[in-house]
Amino acid sequence: MSKKKDPSQRQGHSAIKKHDDTGDDTGLDLTPLDAKNLPDHCPDTNPDNITPHKKIRRARVKTVGKKDSHSLYKKQEKIYPKRVNGFFRSVKWALLTIMLLVYYITPWIRWDRGEGFPDQAILLDFMHNRFYFFAIEIWPQEIYYITGILVLSALGLFLVTSVGGRIWCGYACPQTIWTDLFVYVERFFEGDRNARMKLDKGKWTFNKFNRKLGKHITWLFIGLITGGAWVLYFVDAPTLFKQITTLTAPFSAYIWIISLTISTYVMAGFAREQVCTYMCPWPRLQSVMMDDDTFNIMYKDDRGEPRAPHKKGESWDGRGDCIQCRQCVVVCPMGIDIRDGLQLECIGCALCSDACDDVMEQIGRPKGLISYDTLANFESRKLGKQEKTKIIRTRTVIYSLLICLISSGLIYSLLNRSELSFNVIRDRNPLFVTLSSGDIRNGYKIKILNKSSEDHQYIINISGIDNMGIKVIGLKTKTENNMPLVMIKREEVRTLKIYLSAPIKDIKEHSTDIKFTVKQLNGAALDTENSSFKAPSS
Amino acid sequence: MSKKPQLDEETGVHTTGHAWDGIKELNNPLPRWWVWTWLVCIIWGFGYMVVYPSWPLITSYVKGTADYSQRRTVMKEMADIKASRAPMVAKLLAANLQEIQNTPALQEFAMAGGRAAFGDNCAGCHGISASGAKGYPDLNDDDWLWGGTLELIHETITVGVRSIHEDTRINDMPAFLDDELLSKQEIGQVVTLVMSFSDPKITAPKGADVLFEDNCASCHGTDGKGSTELGSPNLTDVKWLYGGDHASLTETISHSRKGVMPSWHGRLSPAAIKGLAVYVHSLGGGQ
Repeated sequence: MSKKKDPSQRQGHSAIKKHDDTGDDTGLDLTPLDAKNLPDHCPDTNPDNITPHKKIRRARVKTVGKKDSHSLYKKQEKIYPKRVNGFFRSVKWALLTIMLLVYYITPWIRWDRGEGFPDQAILLDFMHNRFYFFAIEIWPQEIYYITGILVLSALGLFLVTSVGGRIWCGYACPQTIWTDLFVYVERFFEGDRNARMKLDKGKWTFNKFNRKLGKHITWLFIGLITGGAWVLYFVDAPTLFKQITTLTAPFSAYIWIISLTISTYVMAGFAREQVCTYMCPWPRLQSVMMDDDTFNIMYKDDRGEPRAPHKKGESWDGRGDCIQCRQCVVVCPMGIDIRDGLQLECIGCALCSDACDDVMEQIGRPKGLISYDTLANFESRKLGKQEKTKIIRTRTVIYSLLICLISSGLIYSLLNRSELSFNVIRDRNPLFVTLSSGDIRNGYKIKILNKSSEDHQYIINISGIDNMGIKVIGLKTKTENNMPLVMIKREEVRTLKIYLSAPIKDIKEHSTDIKFTVKQLNGAALDTENSSFKAPSS
Repeated sequence: MSKKPQLDEETGVHTTGHAWDGIKELNNPLPRWWVWTWLVCIIWGFGYMVVYPSWPLITSYVKGTADYSQRRTVMKEMADIKASRAPMVAKLLAANLQEIQNTPALQEFAMAGGRAAFGDNCAGCHGISASGAKGYPDLNDDDWLWGGTLELIHETITVGVRSIHEDTRINDMPAFLDDELLSKQEIGQVVTLVMSFSDPKITAPKGADVLFEDNCASCHGTDGKGSTELGSPNLTDVKWLYGGDHASLTETISHSRKGVMPSWHGRLSPAAIKGLAVYVHSLGGGQ
């Protein structure tokens, strides 16, 4: 994949030497390392000695995602993302809050559907084969609505990916949301990056134990309410909640809650970036939706290189804006160095951009050294051309058109959704029965669905052959002109067996087309189905 | 062959040090937890073999410490289903056939049981569609030898035809040629007469009606319409159990026919027989 490419090649800057950025390529007289705190292959400098910009401390950091191991197996190295403030972080906190609230509150929204029917606004009632979305009610026969919604979701994902790269991964994916929340909890109990690293390295003390205990209990609690909210989507929420708290809920509810508690705890607490890098197929697929005009979080190496530490007051001539503070690395939840170029691991969360902007502001350089940018812009800058934002492109147009097409189709079919439908299934064995009088009889099974919210009576009309005898098994009600009249309760399906018989003289063909019509009594609902009447080929 | 791992310029990844014909293998390491998960799965597999049935032996198999058996699970599930059906079965037994027919819940239950019992026991002769074959009545039509009401169908299923049941249904038609009651020529005349009942284009030979009156009318009636009480077929309709052509009818009158249906009393439960009656009655010809 692309991550292995030399970033300078990827971004069209072959002239720039690839830095190994270990801090000793600066030409400065660096203070010897504190050998106790840093591994051999990660030399760093004493930050106080070399960074004159007082507030900005050079981080002692080894890029977790760096490829320098020769082992066939890679140990997961714990990433300690540092707290960061900024525009993108605020957007992420806002989205996190909104999405978690939606997730936890949705099952509690009520929607009156009348006596004897669930009053939960969104309910996936597998037990009774119904999906409820506010006023919309989906029957198993209408599963194509669900298919349509899934197709729309996929296309929506394609569209945002082709426009803004891995926006889904960075802002909306549950893995990111819950990991963010878990890191927030971790920070609350154990402090920020340095405190956490110190705590992990330190001996087990009462203080450490308490902090860890608090963190894990909170994590498990979040996991528990995550699984707890999940099950509420499938059964009436207040009833199930009461059952769960009084330990009278169905066994499967507990299994789901426990499984989701454990998976939330493990995925957001421990697996974190491993999920995105190794488990999720989506990162691997996304590159096909991106092109040169797709916005991705990128380090503008044309502006940043050559990178070097910088003393206040020193000239910026002949050097890049990157002062090697490595704030972009320490805040990265994926443990990568964005300056290595586009990478498979990058979830496009823009936290490095926030961190870098903060630094740029303090050293008085323009913001946006790390920002959403396109490969095309890199090329433009190199050629001295104007940067361009090209969102309307063939692929985005195609994705948008498909989205419009499918959503209008779905809306049209929802608006014209019939409250009555029926199916006719003709008996195939026997194809026909010869009666003692010589008349021919065919059997049909008819399934009528009353999808409306009221009980209705329906008239069954069958046409196509003269002098046809209609017999509906078990049905006694008839209209004045002798048509079968069937009563169906709201939201019920009724299956009836119908026998049609016709005198041999009125049957012209081996197979005659006939038409079934079901019409609501005192109402407009009407549906027709075609079938055929089979006879011996005399 | 094996060399020291090198950094591959093109990809920025180290090689494993393995090279064949100049082709070097890149080392993109697997996450260690993945390897652990794999190993844990293997250990889990061994545990599974100990706990659950695993290895086949010559006459048996390794049972496993949990002593789990899918067969036993199925048997238990079947027993549970039977137990859960018990209240409906009791209601079915308590109700008469008309009540079953008129109570939707009971009717549905009886139909479901009847359909299954029909497929298991009756379809062998009557066919899965109940349309029968030569010698085996079509149960879909409105032509009944022994009557098509719920009660009569139930009775026929219970006692059978020429069965070992003491109240079995028997319709004994003489073999007119074998028993030397009619000559070949007379049989030919009767056959033509019988065919004329349902086909107006055929004219009956003279004297045939006297032969019919003397030999056949006692069971089939003077009009040839038969009787469900005696189990004598209606000769005036288009339905023929053994065929309505000249040859088949000659064969029938000369040598008689002795169709057999077993008695299902004792072989099927009373509830199943009730279900069968309701099911057969619903096939379209029920009276």
